[in-house]
Amino acid sequence: MLAFIAKRVLSLIPVIVVVAIVVFMLLRLSPGDPAVVIAGDNADAAAIERIRVSLGLDQPLVTQFFIWAGSLLQGDLGISIFSKIPVTDLILQRLEPTVSLALTTLFFAVVIAVPLGTIAGATAGSWLDRSLMLVSVLGFSIPAFVLGYCLIYVFSLQLRILPVQGFSSIRQGIGPFLSTIALPTMTMGLAYLVLIARITRASVLEMMGEDFIRTARAKGVKERIVVTRHALRNSAIPILTVIGIGVALLISGVVVIETVFNIPGVGRLVVDAILKRDYPVIQGIILMFSGTYVLINLAIDIGYAFLDPRVRY
Amino acid sequence: MKPPFSILEISDLAIPLPGGGDRGFAVDGISLSVSAGEIVCVVGESGSGKSITAQAVMGLLPKVFRNVSGRIMFEGKDVTTATPAQMRDLRGRGIGMIFQEPMTALNPVQKVGEQIDEVLRTHLTLSRKERRARVIAAMEEVRLPDPERLYHAFPHQLSGGQRQRVLIAAALILKPRLLIADEPTTALDVTTQAQILSQIRDLQRDRGMGVLFITHDIGVVREIADRVVVMRSGKVVEEGPADVVLNRPCSDYTRMLIDAVPTLEPARSDHVVTGEVALKVEGVTKIYHSGGLFQGKRVVHALQETSLSLRRGETLGVIGESGSGKSTLARCIMQLIDPSSGKVTLGASAGGRPFYQRIQIIFQDPYRSLNPRRTVGESIIEGPMNFGQPRTEAMERARELMALVGLDPTAVDRYPHQFSGGQRQRISIARALAMEPEILVADEAVSALDVSVQAQVLRLIDDLQKRLDLAILFITHDLRVAAQICDRLIVMHRGSVVEQGAVSSIFASPAHAYTRELFASIPGKGEKQAVLT
Repeated sequence: MLAFIAKRVLSLIPVIVVVAIVVFMLLRLSPGDPAVVIAGDNADAAAIERIRVSLGLDQPLVTQFFIWAGSLLQGDLGISIFSKIPVTDLILQRLEPTVSLALTTLFFAVVIAVPLGTIAGATAGSWLDRSLMLVSVLGFSIPAFVLGYCLIYVFSLQLRILPVQGFSSIRQGIGPFLSTIALPTMTMGLAYLVLIARITRASVLEMMGEDFIRTARAKGVKERIVVTRHALRNSAIPILTVIGIGVALLISGVVVIETVFNIPGVGRLVVDAILKRDYPVIQGIILMFSGTYVLINLAIDIGYAFLDPRVRY
Repeated sequence: MKPPFSILEISDLAIPLPGGGDRGFAVDGISLSVSAGEIVCVVGESGSGKSITAQAVMGLLPKVFRNVSGRIMFEGKDVTTATPAQMRDLRGRGIGMIFQEPMTALNPVQKVGEQIDEVLRTHLTLSRKERRARVIAAMEEVRLPDPERLYHAFPHQLSGGQRQRVLIAAALILKPRLLIADEPTTALDVTTQAQILSQIRDLQRDRGMGVLFITHDIGVVREIADRVVVMRSGKVVEEGPADVVLNRPCSDYTRMLIDAVPTLEPARSDHVVTGEVALKVEGVTKIYHSGGLFQGKRVVHALQETSLSLRRGETLGVIGESGSGKSTLARCIMQLIDPSSGKVTLGASAGGRPFYQRIQIIFQDPYRSLNPRRTVGESIIEGPMNFGQPRTEAMERARELMALVGLDPTAVDRYPHQFSGGQRQRISIARALAMEPEILVADEAVSALDVSVQAQVLRLIDDLQKRLDLAILFITHDLRVAAQICDRLIVMHRGSVVEQGAVSSIFASPAHAYTRELFASIPGKGEKQAVLT
């Protein structure tokens, strides 16, 4: 088992190297010279040149990469061009709302989707199954920002039970935290929820036709246990896989949702940075997002081995 | 001798087929009974309704079957009117059931000990320790090796025979009065089959249990049955004590079933092969490596130093059990995998035809080897068209081939699911012949077929060989089939050839211990002659 985990971790190294190269090149290949941007509209050629030298932009590309990668390894993501604050600090300041939102969304989606999908799969063709599938098509089709404004209209403007926007840290009390995060969570979670529910349904439905289900029934096992212990347990791998893939969905989701609900998180930070072409910040956030994605999928890979004894490489 | 009382009494059971079938009823008014201490074999070909009957007894009929009429009395109570809770209580406790596919009948992510334990957890309230002791005892009873360790094993770590023993242990742990065995040995090797059959027999005698044993294999019936019920198209054709039904059958259908079982008499003793060498395999070895960086390396010798030669007009049988390397050999010959060493050469050819026009393969499973979304005509012409034959010409040839293999030429526009298993295997043969090959590799080509269909397909292959002067490499685990169609045999065991020679001489005096074991395991051998008189 340890060998398996070690091997998985080592296999991440090339992935991370490729990510780093792509992120590095992203900056160098984009139109516009960062030195020109930093220097501002009224700078003369000498001033631009000074900035270029101070940023190391006059060095060959390979050297630049190694300097950049070296400081990266020390946790130094560079300094924001505009606010002059280290990128690491900027991200850390904004991390809490984003992580809170991601976790509540994950929880919301999984806790509802897995039971619903399982019931739908075990009773395929029933009214419950069919209505669930209908809702899931709707859930997929509504863009998050449309859904967000609809929810705000109903819950905040008409019913007046939830705030329109904003974010309250969990340290300021669980009540305000939940009331501010409820709508963003539902908005972002719906597509994720229907995705997981559909995969759960398909997978459980497939498993219900397997021979070992018949064996369990022949043993006199209750249908509820046949469905959970045998069908759902064997569906764990596809479900876990789609939860992992869904993390990418969450990452793109936070950018939109934080804007709609005016949440001061990393998503907003990246939108602002893009508008201002604050390259070090963009780079840092992309690196953070891809790192998170890679690590979550590592955890899922390791999870496979616990869920299915046949997975040992 | 009629045993004291019947534990299972089925009377006038009728199960309608959902609309669109080729007949109105899956099971059409059958009656049969099983007494304590006897083994009743229900024998019939696919589609005879025997498995549906077994599922009805268990109350496990798929939902599409409705409006079941008739009675199924288990120990005097009608199971067709029992509530779901009553049925659940009966399953596992009153009636145990084992199935055909031990490979898939166990939950792959649960320890096998826990799967046996599940019966105890479901039906009794015992402490963890008591349950564990009983599971270990049950595993010992079915002679699973090292039960303490095997308790924690997962199904994929066990052999097919061991998995079937786990299923038997789970089915019998609560000492049910009735065991339903639905083709329990069909997927197993002959030597394993012999062990499992004798084990079921022993357990049944020890416990005085009734057994409803479903099979398509007359040989197995001979080994195990006290009474026999022959089914065809949902009806009981014949019923009676085993020796009467097997030796003095009164219906034509039963006689046909028995006669369709190939004899062990080599059929080709006087066939002389004079053709030139078509295929030569020299010292082919296939080694698989696994493990690596962090684990100890493991090397699997799937095939070791195998050599053979095959002439035009000759059928060479490759005999062996699962894991013996016979399919690896076929794949190496077909260039579907690369051998680790050694070489495969085809004989001299006129006009330098490409490899896959000269050699073709027929696979085991006619249900999965044809693309379900293409018409059979499309499947047949794909190969020739890849080698440049115009479409209309290829389709014309496909119609000729359909006629050649005994099917309606106009059926080229139909899809595979519209054909029966035997017809699909004929289509697979037509597909292989479309390339006009010199060599045909048949990898268990008749193993999935009913005996009557098997006999037809074997006759077809035999006939085509004579007409087209084919060299045939015939891979099979069935010595009876080999006796019918092969000129020579090679016997494989654990990746190596352990014996080879003419069929007549190997059948007369098998030299290797493993070959002798194979012969000893053939179910129902040596009783055939009595039927013919």
